[in-house]
Amino acid sequence: MSKLNARIPEGPLAQKWTNYKDHQKLVNPSNKRKLDVIIVGTGLAGASAAASLGEMGFNVKSFTIQDSPRRAHSIAAQGGINAAKNYPNDGDSVFRLFYDTIKGGDYRAREANVHRLAEVSNDIIDQCVAQGVPFAREYGGLLDNRSFGGAQVSRTFYAKGQTGQQLLLGAYQALMRQVNLGSVTLHTRTELVDIVIVDGKARGIIARDLVTGELQRHFAHAVVLATGGYGNTFFLSTNAMGSNGSAVIKAYHKGAMFANPCYAQIHPTCIPVHGENQSKLTLMSESLRNDGRIWVPKKKEDAEAIRAGKMKPTQIAEDDRDYYLERRYPAFGNLVPRDVASRAAKERCDAGFGVGATGLAVYLDFKSSIERLGQKTIEARYGNLFQMYEKIVDENPYETPMMIYPAIHYTMGGIWVDYELQTTIPGLFAAGEANFSDHGANRLGASALMQGLADGYFVLPYTIQNYLADDIAVKRMTTNEPEFTEAEKAVKARFEKLMNIKGNRSVDSLHKELGLVMWDFVGMGRNKEGLQDAIDKIAAIKKEFWSNVRIPGNTTGMNIELEKASRLADFIEIGDLMARDALNRDESCGGHFREEYQTPEGEALRQDDKFAYVSCWEFKGNDVTPELHKEALVYESVKMVQRNYK
Amino acid sequence: MEKNINITLKVWRQNGAKAKGRFETYKVDNVSTGSSFLEMLDMLNEQLINENKEPVAFDHDCREGICGMCSLYINGRPHGPDDDVTTCQLHMRKFKDGQTITIEPWRSAAFPVIHDLIVDRRAFDKIIAAGGYVSVNTGGVPDANAIAIPKPDADEAMDSASCIGCGACVAACKNGSAMLFVSAKVSQLALLPQGRVEGARRAKAMVAKMDELGFGNCTNTGACEVECPKNISLSNIARLNREFLCAKLQD
Repeated sequence: MSKLNARIPEGPLAQKWTNYKDHQKLVNPSNKRKLDVIIVGTGLAGASAAASLGEMGFNVKSFTIQDSPRRAHSIAAQGGINAAKNYPNDGDSVFRLFYDTIKGGDYRAREANVHRLAEVSNDIIDQCVAQGVPFAREYGGLLDNRSFGGAQVSRTFYAKGQTGQQLLLGAYQALMRQVNLGSVTLHTRTELVDIVIVDGKARGIIARDLVTGELQRHFAHAVVLATGGYGNTFFLSTNAMGSNGSAVIKAYHKGAMFANPCYAQIHPTCIPVHGENQSKLTLMSESLRNDGRIWVPKKKEDAEAIRAGKMKPTQIAEDDRDYYLERRYPAFGNLVPRDVASRAAKERCDAGFGVGATGLAVYLDFKSSIERLGQKTIEARYGNLFQMYEKIVDENPYETPMMIYPAIHYTMGGIWVDYELQTTIPGLFAAGEANFSDHGANRLGASALMQGLADGYFVLPYTIQNYLADDIAVKRMTTNEPEFTEAEKAVKARFEKLMNIKGNRSVDSLHKELGLVMWDFVGMGRNKEGLQDAIDKIAAIKKEFWSNVRIPGNTTGMNIELEKASRLADFIEIGDLMARDALNRDESCGGHFREEYQTPEGEALRQDDKFAYVSCWEFKGNDVTPELHKEALVYESVKMVQRNYK
Repeated sequence: MEKNINITLKVWRQNGAKAKGRFETYKVDNVSTGSSFLEMLDMLNEQLINENKEPVAFDHDCREGICGMCSLYINGRPHGPDDDVTTCQLHMRKFKDGQTITIEPWRSAAFPVIHDLIVDRRAFDKIIAAGGYVSVNTGGVPDANAIAIPKPDADEAMDSASCIGCGACVAACKNGSAMLFVSAKVSQLALLPQGRVEGARRAKAMVAKMDELGFGNCTNTGACEVECPKNISLSNIARLNREFLCAKLQD
C-alpha cells in the first residue's frame, strides 16, 4: 500500500473545506492548555500559526534563527498578496483565483488544497486590515488593487513595495501579543538541529542556541515546520543569507517525504550579477511589470555596442527595440507568469541580444509609463524600489532603463503534506514555503504571502486540532526519554565530525561551487546529460566538503562558520535531490524546463499521460539512492490543457 | 565606473558578552567599488578563514535593506557614510582607495554586545510585546472595506510602519533613546481606526516598557531622524508625546 494518503475530504470541490471543518475533531479549552505545539520559523506561516494557536489557548513554543521573529525573510516580499475579493468588479471570484493558480502551476498542484487557499484568501485581507496593516487605498478610502502575472484581473492588495514587511509585522505583532500574554514562549537565535520521534510520532526537537552553542531538548505534542524554502542551494538567490533547507532535510531524514524538489522558481526581474564576490541577488518586484516594459535591442550590432559601453539604451530608437514579451504574448504582454518571462529573457540573451557588461541582462523600461502617468505617479507606486535599484547599481532608473535578469527566488517543492498539512510522520506538520502543496510547478506572483498566511491563520489552526484531539490524554514528557538522548547524541557527533575535518576550504567557497553546478545544470534549462553530470559533480562536492572543509573555532560559543557548514551539508543533499527529481521528470512543466520537451515556439511541453503526479522522495540512508513514491494528481473540476498566455 | 580599491579596517572584536573587546586591524585588497560593504566583510572573513583565524561575526540576513538585521557603526555613523540606506545597501564606491574604515557594534546600554559586532536587540521585541499591536484574535473580524480610511491617513500610517527595527536611532542618540522606534509604531496604529481604539493604553504601555529597559530620554536632538535608513520622521515623536500626554490626562 502506498505510504501517501492525501486525505482529501469527500464532496464537491467547493464544499470540501466546509465539510472538513464541520466534521473534524476539536479540542476543548481546558485541554488546549495541556497541549504543547512547537513551531519552527517565524515568517508569515510560522508567526501567524503561533499567534493563532496561542490565541486559541494552546501552549506554543516558537523558534527562530534570527534575533527577532520580525527578521524572517517573508519581510522582503515586495509586491503584494492575492485575494478573490473582486473589489474592482472586474470578474474575479474564488473559482477564478483557484483556476488561475492551478493553471499558473502548470497543472501540477493538488486541486483541493488550491481551492481551499482561494476560499480563505478573502479572510486574510480582512484579518490584516483588522491588525492595522496599512494597505494602499484609493481616495474614497477603500482598498486599492493592482495586477500580477498570470491573471487578467486586479486582485493584488499591496502596501507600497513593502507588502511582505507589513503583513509580517502584523503577524509578528500578533505573536508578540501572545508572548506578552504567556501563551507563546519565544526562542530567538535558536536553530532546529533535529526532530525527535517517539513511538512513530513527532514529539519534539533538538535545538542549538546559536549564541552559546548549547544543545537544548524541547518536547511538544506536535511539531510544525514553517522554515521556508531551499533556494539558497544555488548560493546566489534572492533569499536571505540565513534562509536554509536544514529543517526540511532533518524531517526528510526522519521519514517525511520530500515532494517535487526540482520545482524551483526563477524570478525574471532581479538585478544582474556584478562579479564573483557577489553574495546575493536582489529582486525587483513583479509589480514593476505593471508599468515597465521589457525589451532588448532588435539589432545584434546595437546589443554589441551596448555591451562594449559604446552606446546607451536611451539612444536606441523605438523601432529598433524588441519588446519581446509583448511580441510573443499579446494577451498577457509583460505580465506573463514568471517561468515564461524568465525563459524568454534567457532565450534573447542566449541568442546574443543581451545587454549589460556581461550580456546577461535585459531592460525594464518605464519611459512610456512616465510619459503617460508622470514621474510623480511612478514614484508613488515604486519609489522605494527605484531607490533600492539606484543604491545598488548607481544608475537612475527614472532616466535610464533598469537592467534585470532572472534569478532563483522561491521553491515550490518541499515537504510532502496531506490536506491537513501533516507530513508522512504523524504529528509533524509543514506550512508555508516549507511544504509543497499549493503552487504546483510554478507559483504566481503575490501568492506566496497568501499561502503562508492561509496556512498559518486559517488552515493549520483547524487541521492540527484534528490530530491533537486524539492526544489529549498524552502527558507532557520529560526530555530525558531515550529518544531525546539518542537524538542529541547524534547531533553532537555530527557537529564534532564537522569540526574535526580541519581541511583547507572555506564553507563559502564550496557553496559557490555547488551554486554554479546548480545554476548551469539544474537552473532555467535542464537536459538529461546535464542532470546526470550534475549528480556526479554534486557527489564530488559532497566528498570534498566532508574531507576538506575548514571551520575555525569550536562547538561552544558563537560559531558562524559551523552554522553555515551544517546548512551547506544539507544544501548539498538537496541539490542532489533536485537533480535526481529533474532527471526523473521527463517533461517540461512550469519552472521545470527540460530542453528535450518544448513546443516549436519554445514553450514548456508537459507529458500528462506519464507525469501527472507529485514526485515524493523517501530517504533510504546516506549515499543510498532515495525511493520515489507517486501521488497521482486527479483533476475533477478543471481540464488539463496546454497553458496559453497568447 | 567600477574599480578596485585597497582598504584598512579597524574592527571591534569581542569574544562573547563578558569578554573584553578590542580593535583589530586588517587589510583587504582589490575590493570592487561595485561590491556592497558586507560583501567586503565576506572577503575579509574568507581571508581570515584561509589564515585559520576566526571570522568576524556580524548580523545580516536579507541584504536588501528590509529585514533590519544588519547594524554596524561605520566611521562614526550607524549604517555608514550614505543616506537612507542600511549597511547591507552601502556600497564600496562610497570609500576611497587607501582609506581606513572603523567598524564598531551599536553602542547602547539597552543593546549589549553578544559577540564581535553583534548586539542583543531583544529589548525592541519586549517593547512591541508591551502593546505594539491591535488586540484582535484571528477570525471574526469585519470585511476589509467595512471602514473607509482617508488615503492621507493610510499613507502616513504606511510611512510610520516602514520602520525596520534595526536600532540605528538608538545607536545614533547620545541618550540611547528609543523614542523614534516607539513613536513610529504608536503613530502607525493611532492613525488607523483599527488601532485608535486602544491608542491611550498602547502609548502608556510602550513608553513604560521602554523606560524600564534602560533606554534614555529624548532631548530632541534629531540625530535619530538623520541616521534612520527608512526616513522615519521626528513628527512621530511629537505625535507620541501628544498621545502619551492625553493618555496621562485621562488617568
